[in-house]
Amino acid sequence: MAEALMKYDEAIANFDPVLGLEVHVELGTNTKMFCGCSTVFGAEPNTQVCPVCLGLPGALPALNRIGVESAIRIGLALNCEIATWCRFARKNYFYPDMPKNFQTSQYDEPIAFEGYLDVDIDTDEGPKTFRVPIERAHMEEDTGKNLHMGGATGRIHGADYSLVDYNRAGIPLIEIVTKPVEGTGKYAPEVAKAYVSALREILRGLGVSDVKMEQGSLRCDVNLSLRETPESKLGTRSETKNVNSLRSVERAVRYEVMRHAARLTAGERIVQETRHWHEDTGISTSGRSKEDAEDYRYFPEPDLMPIAPSREWVEELRANLPENPAVRRTRLTAAWNISDLEMQNLMNAGVLELVEAAVSAGMNPDAARKWYTGELARVANERGVEVEELGVTHVELSRIEALISEGALNDKLARQVLDGLIAGEGDVDSIVAGRGLAVVSDDGPLIEAIDAALAADPAVVETIKSGKLAAAGSVVGAVMKATRGQADAARVRELLFERLGVSE
Amino acid sequence: MTAISREEVAHLAHLARINIADDQLEHFAKQLDAILDAVAQVSQVDTADVPAMSHPIPMTNVFREDIPVASLAPGAALAGAPAVEDSRFRVPRILDEE
Amino acid sequence: MSDLIRMNASDLVEAMNAGQVSSVEITQAHLDRIAAVDGDVHAFLHVNSKGALDAAAAVDAQRADGQSLSALAGVPLGLKDILASKGLPTTCGSKMLEGWIPPYDATVVTKLRDAGIPILGKTNMDEFAMGSSTEHSAYGPTHNPWDLERIPGGSGGGSSACLAAFEAPLAIGSDTGGSIRQPAAVTGTVGVKPTYGGVSRYGVVALASSLDQVGPCARNVLDTALLHSVIAGHDPRDSTSINKPVPDVVGAARRGDVKGMKIGVVRELSGEGFQAGVQTRFDETVTLLEGLGAEVIEVSCPNFPHALAAYYLILPSECSSNLAKFDGIRFGLRVGDDGSKSVEQVMSETRAAGFGPEVIRRIMLGTYALSAGYYDAYYGQAQKIRTLIAQDFDKAFAQVDVLISPTAPTTAFKIGEKMADPVSMYLNDVATIPVNLAGLPGMSLPIGLATEDNLPVGLQIMAPAMADDRLYNVGAAIERELLSKWGGPIWAQAPELAGA
Repeated sequence: MAEALMKYDEAIANFDPVLGLEVHVELGTNTKMFCGCSTVFGAEPNTQVCPVCLGLPGALPALNRIGVESAIRIGLALNCEIATWCRFARKNYFYPDMPKNFQTSQYDEPIAFEGYLDVDIDTDEGPKTFRVPIERAHMEEDTGKNLHMGGATGRIHGADYSLVDYNRAGIPLIEIVTKPVEGTGKYAPEVAKAYVSALREILRGLGVSDVKMEQGSLRCDVNLSLRETPESKLGTRSETKNVNSLRSVERAVRYEVMRHAARLTAGERIVQETRHWHEDTGISTSGRSKEDAEDYRYFPEPDLMPIAPSREWVEELRANLPENPAVRRTRLTAAWNISDLEMQNLMNAGVLELVEAAVSAGMNPDAARKWYTGELARVANERGVEVEELGVTHVELSRIEALISEGALNDKLARQVLDGLIAGEGDVDSIVAGRGLAVVSDDGPLIEAIDAALAADPAVVETIKSGKLAAAGSVVGAVMKATRGQADAARVRELLFERLGVSE
Repeated sequence: MTAISREEVAHLAHLARINIADDQLEHFAKQLDAILDAVAQVSQVDTADVPAMSHPIPMTNVFREDIPVASLAPGAALAGAPAVEDSRFRVPRILDEE
Repeated sequence: MSDLIRMNASDLVEAMNAGQVSSVEITQAHLDRIAAVDGDVHAFLHVNSKGALDAAAAVDAQRADGQSLSALAGVPLGLKDILASKGLPTTCGSKMLEGWIPPYDATVVTKLRDAGIPILGKTNMDEFAMGSSTEHSAYGPTHNPWDLERIPGGSGGGSSACLAAFEAPLAIGSDTGGSIRQPAAVTGTVGVKPTYGGVSRYGVVALASSLDQVGPCARNVLDTALLHSVIAGHDPRDSTSINKPVPDVVGAARRGDVKGMKIGVVRELSGEGFQAGVQTRFDETVTLLEGLGAEVIEVSCPNFPHALAAYYLILPSECSSNLAKFDGIRFGLRVGDDGSKSVEQVMSETRAAGFGPEVIRRIMLGTYALSAGYYDAYYGQAQKIRTLIAQDFDKAFAQVDVLISPTAPTTAFKIGEKMADPVSMYLNDVATIPVNLAGLPGMSLPIGLATEDNLPVGLQIMAPAMADDRLYNVGAAIERELLSKWGGPIWAQAPELAGA
């Protein structure tokens, strides 16, 4: 049933929104958090399970080193402090997709805490940076998957029974929780989206997760509350789950602002509850009320030893972190003297790393950008592959560039060299030789070709001589055609005017 | 002196997912009271500045390498299950969404 | 060979090595004994005749082949039903797991199989190891072979009784608050709870994870040490497993020399509540040790009187979580699934039907102790007392090499005597609990019969972490003296079972 909504602008005029975001990231480790079962997506049901992740009597967890390392790296990338000593805790509640009926998680001793992430959004006053404060990032395990059978829709309500697949149970999760994000004003939806987007970029850069929202390897819960003024105390929040695309993050925040505002204005109170986001209809519906919330009875997990990351380990991981994506973009935009839009094009084409590598190998930034966002991106797009899969290295591009500046290749020939490279015909020089692509730089054959062209079209001589220099184009074209593109068009033009005694 | 009410016993039974008949609540309340009386002496011990011990042997950083090992043979996972359908564990309908 | 069932494990190995007897013959003799007396004793929940004989035949073939074998190869054993054993039922004494066949072996079971030890069967226990009498088994109580009307201790009453009834020369137990040592004490057998982390817990159905430890049981100190060395050692599947060499328990059991050792008597583990006959035998043992050249002093562990209360908060808390997995979804019992009920209802009905009253009590108690608002006062406070008890031990072991006490305050009580009063049942564990809380090793060995009831009395020896060898050294010294004093093992004074 649709709930009353207040227009967004009106809602914002009357209330101050406070955001909170909880993101669950599935790590891309080879094995689960506490056992050696594979994490590969899409296996037959209940084939990637063992006594540990099935919670069989007697089984015990054994902690994945890379799971811990990934958590620390994520913490560092989010400017967090890393715990010197922390433990896992059991979160006790019954649910059929959770084999032990407790989740091995972290409670009051998260491995990473007190961080932040700066995100950029466009405002009416131009670009602005918001600092999103991060409360914690902690380690836990995923649950199995329920399939609801019978009933009309395959949804949980009205189902006759459910079928459970535990392949996903025990896959490492990192939960990243923000503090209340205040001061966004009307930009709350944009900040939320920018945060999740920036987080994804960081996680992808760390190589810890494939961060595919549609496959559930990155899941977002949106918490939202309204208060009358920024000075008022925090209002009651709703928690919207299942917000599984960037667009939905933005929409869900906007929706909750409008819903809360309508309720508050009507004098109704906000129920602290879990809500479910519906991607298709763009609304959220009420789930379980938190007022009769489970008492999770957390206590330190006795089966796992405390984690005390040495400072050496943490510093080594810190030293090997990839550069923060936003910082890097700013740095490269300035160094290459390009616009934000041009940087955006590099990002969209997915070639920023390739261009950076080419430039650091000595290639001119403009040339590198030209090749990667131009010809290579076009071919890759045509073939439906990533640019780097074309296998053209910056060493080869540099050689092409060198030949162009020497005058040995022109743009057209260079594209043919590229075709040869993609087709695997060898290195640049052997393709130039093999395909006979050298620019004809000897004037003799060019003059011969010019004379032949003029002979074929005698009228053009007078036209040019009369000052209509544009007519030279057809002669140059004929010469280029005769030399199969291997002439330097500028030189042809020069020779033509010389021959006709015309000066430009 | 602790005194557990019937309602508290019912709440505990719900948290622990154990069906306890109404006429048994009183019985359990009495027994739990007796045990809690016996263990209540812990509150008399001065533990200011005493750290809590969760693990009897002090070790840290016990890790496993991220190398896959064989899972259970297909079918072995399901062999002990009360109900199975389509290679999955069949469970009665789930009332509340997670 | 005559009387295979009364021989020590070490002697059986010698006889097999000398070609005088085969493992099949030894195993068959014990299976015959089980068939004869277990109707009265009820030490076994499941007898694994074919599996045991097959394993025995395999060991015989290996021995004939001249292969190098473990120190106990061919000696059969009773396995507490709390260890997961592939292909063998594993019930933990509960209806909840009736008919469940684990798809995997506990690490200890793998080690036993690798050592060529035939598994005679699964031994009875209090349901999920909760109890001190084995009366809480869902499959009926085990009877003490010394007096069938009495309890054999618990939770591992099946393992102790099968030794005392000569149904097995070796057994495996698990000890969370005394479940190996107290049954050993009341059946005149030997049992050791190793250092926490000394023996893998992988595949041992958890009661209280931070207290549980698997250990060896036998009728004498050396056999216990031999079994200890077979099952101990680091296991990467158990994150709490200690990655250090196993103490030389066998060497210590062969040595048995206490001359010059300092031995502490724990002041707080005597006096009120301890049966006179138990105290008398204990005092005699102190004199015996002094006679052997040990210096015995009294030490105080002032926080021990709080151990029982702390234990009965920590154990229920951990067990309430450990036993949550028994929900009728993935394995074991399911009750009430008529197609109309929700999964929550079916889980609740299953757990109500599958768990016995003591299990339900402890789950409820643990649920309470961990609840919001009570955590600090109960569970949190108990974990602090645990630290104080560990500190008591540290101070004591700064003065002495080992500590001693009676294992249990009384000899075996009558079946049914304490069933109605859980708290008085809990008092049985008063002396055994401190080492579990601190993660230390402890042994119980027989030191005679109480004069008032002619029932066995046990001595408890306690040592620092990873000094399990000290238990065996002291135990062997006492045992040697007592055997010579008695003119034979204590069980020679036991009444013959009617079935035999």
